Amino acid sequence: MSKIIVMTSGKGGVGKTTSAAAFAAGLAQRGHKTVVVDFDVGLRNLDLVMGCERRVVFDFINVIHGEAKLSQALVKDKRIDNLFILPTSQTRDKDALNTKGIGEALERLREQFDYIVCDSPAGIEHGAVMALYYADEAIVVTNPEVSSVRDSDRILGVLQSKSKRAEEGADPVKEHLLLTRYDLDRVERGEMLAIDDVLEILSIPLLGVIPEDQAVLRASNLGQPVVMDNESQPGQAYGDAVGRFLGEDIPHRFIKREKKGLFGRMFRRSA
Amino acid sequence: MQNTETRAAAGGSAPAKLRGGTFTLMVLDVPDPRRADPLSGVEAKLRQAPSFFEDAPLVLDLQAVPDTDRFDLSETVERLRTLGFVPVGVQNAGDGHAATALNLGLCPFPAWRSGRQRPSRDPGPKTETEPKRPERENPPPPPAQPAKLLSQPVRSGKRVYARGGDLVAVAPISAGAELIADGHIHVYGALRGRALAGVGGDESARIFCQKLDAELVSIAGAYRVREDIDESLIGQPVQIYLQGEDLIIDPLRDPTASTRRR
Repeated sequence: MSKIIVMTSGKGGVGKTTSAAAFAAGLAQRGHKTVVVDFDVGLRNLDLVMGCERRVVFDFINVIHGEAKLSQALVKDKRIDNLFILPTSQTRDKDALNTKGIGEALERLREQFDYIVCDSPAGIEHGAVMALYYADEAIVVTNPEVSSVRDSDRILGVLQSKSKRAEEGADPVKEHLLLTRYDLDRVERGEMLAIDDVLEILSIPLLGVIPEDQAVLRASNLGQPVVMDNESQPGQAYGDAVGRFLGEDIPHRFIKREKKGLFGRMFRRSA
Repeated sequence: MQNTETRAAAGGSAPAKLRGGTFTLMVLDVPDPRRADPLSGVEAKLRQAPSFFEDAPLVLDLQAVPDTDRFDLSETVERLRTLGFVPVGVQNAGDGHAATALNLGLCPFPAWRSGRQRPSRDPGPKTETEPKRPERENPPPPPAQPAKLLSQPVRSGKRVYARGGDLVAVAPISAGAELIADGHIHVYGALRGRALAGVGGDESARIFCQKLDAELVSIAGAYRVREDIDESLIGQPVQIYLQGEDLIIDPLRDPTASTRRR
């Protein structure tokens, strides 16, 4: 049975697209046929982060409006088998999304894919609601700061009231917390919320903690999902999160200061 | 006191609203059925791009078709439907075919796409009796659509359509922007977005740009995405045109430089 996962947050700039790209790539690397769908109509970015912007002809909106076939709009990733991207339109806006069209498109994707990762736009309006409407599971991307946590709380409320599962009274959307841009130095200085503070407010299970790292920006600029960078901490952390999502028991890493000598610290800085 | 009728109409859901809309439609020039099977060319085209025309709305231009029973409009429409087209109307039809079209639920469009006015079909006694309008004898060329000029940068997400004419931009076109024209497209600046020329089916339309960095270029439906564009052409001034089925991208050379090279 295929699963629809929405990557959502309420707040912008917390790393939804990066996480959607990394998560989808991680699922595909583990052999699951995965498609990542860009719902951020008019602010199309997923194709850039996935490095396939040069091959986009048709898009998700064309498919919803019956102007192109799904097979024409799906872009196959060149690096990872089983990974496909469904880019969105840059010239339209969120009004081009409707539940009927999305429902039909997702139903057809379900026939082909094990996992459908929906990259939500920021906000709690129409676009974000469309992205989460059909979700079976939700990954709420949050930064360890108060405004992001508050917005995540808000989007959790939307999930529990406006999703299809909520409307039909079915099993609720399964929620996961993905804490991104976690900066240990700033947490220690008290400038950022600690993991426990966030968990206490949101009270949903923690799927992963992604440390703040240059590797994320580097990967985005290269158009390569950061999970493919196995050397980097964020790459490993996303890999762990995917494993946990699939039911593996993996301890959290990069959340505590490792005891290191002077050389160790110098090494870490230069790495 | 409120008028009860208005209240009844306004009550409940919002009333239906009529508004104007513009659509780009493909036109099929139906050849004289006495000379050829009217749809043989269409079937050949369809074999090249089977899914491209799927559910494409279509207007049949019957300029070349004599207004007799020898041409079965309903059969032709039926065949086009099985080929996947959605015939929506006819143009330049004789009165007989126009009536058939209406019966088939197709709209007989007025022949406003001029240059194809129907002097041959008019019995045309007016040409003799009305010396005031001698131009009907030799219809003037259609008034050319002035080119649409863009002098501000076209930002990501913006879509500009030059209907019935050319599009000239003297500003950069950002990635994610879309230029569409029935005629040529000129960009005196960097073209980073998409450019679609000849969208009405004009295969002689061209795209000219000073600095090619486009996401997609297309002429009369034939397209190339960025990945299919030779890297050596990126950043160059080029012209893009159709040669048969091939979309050609040629660097624009300084003519004096090329003679010097020779």
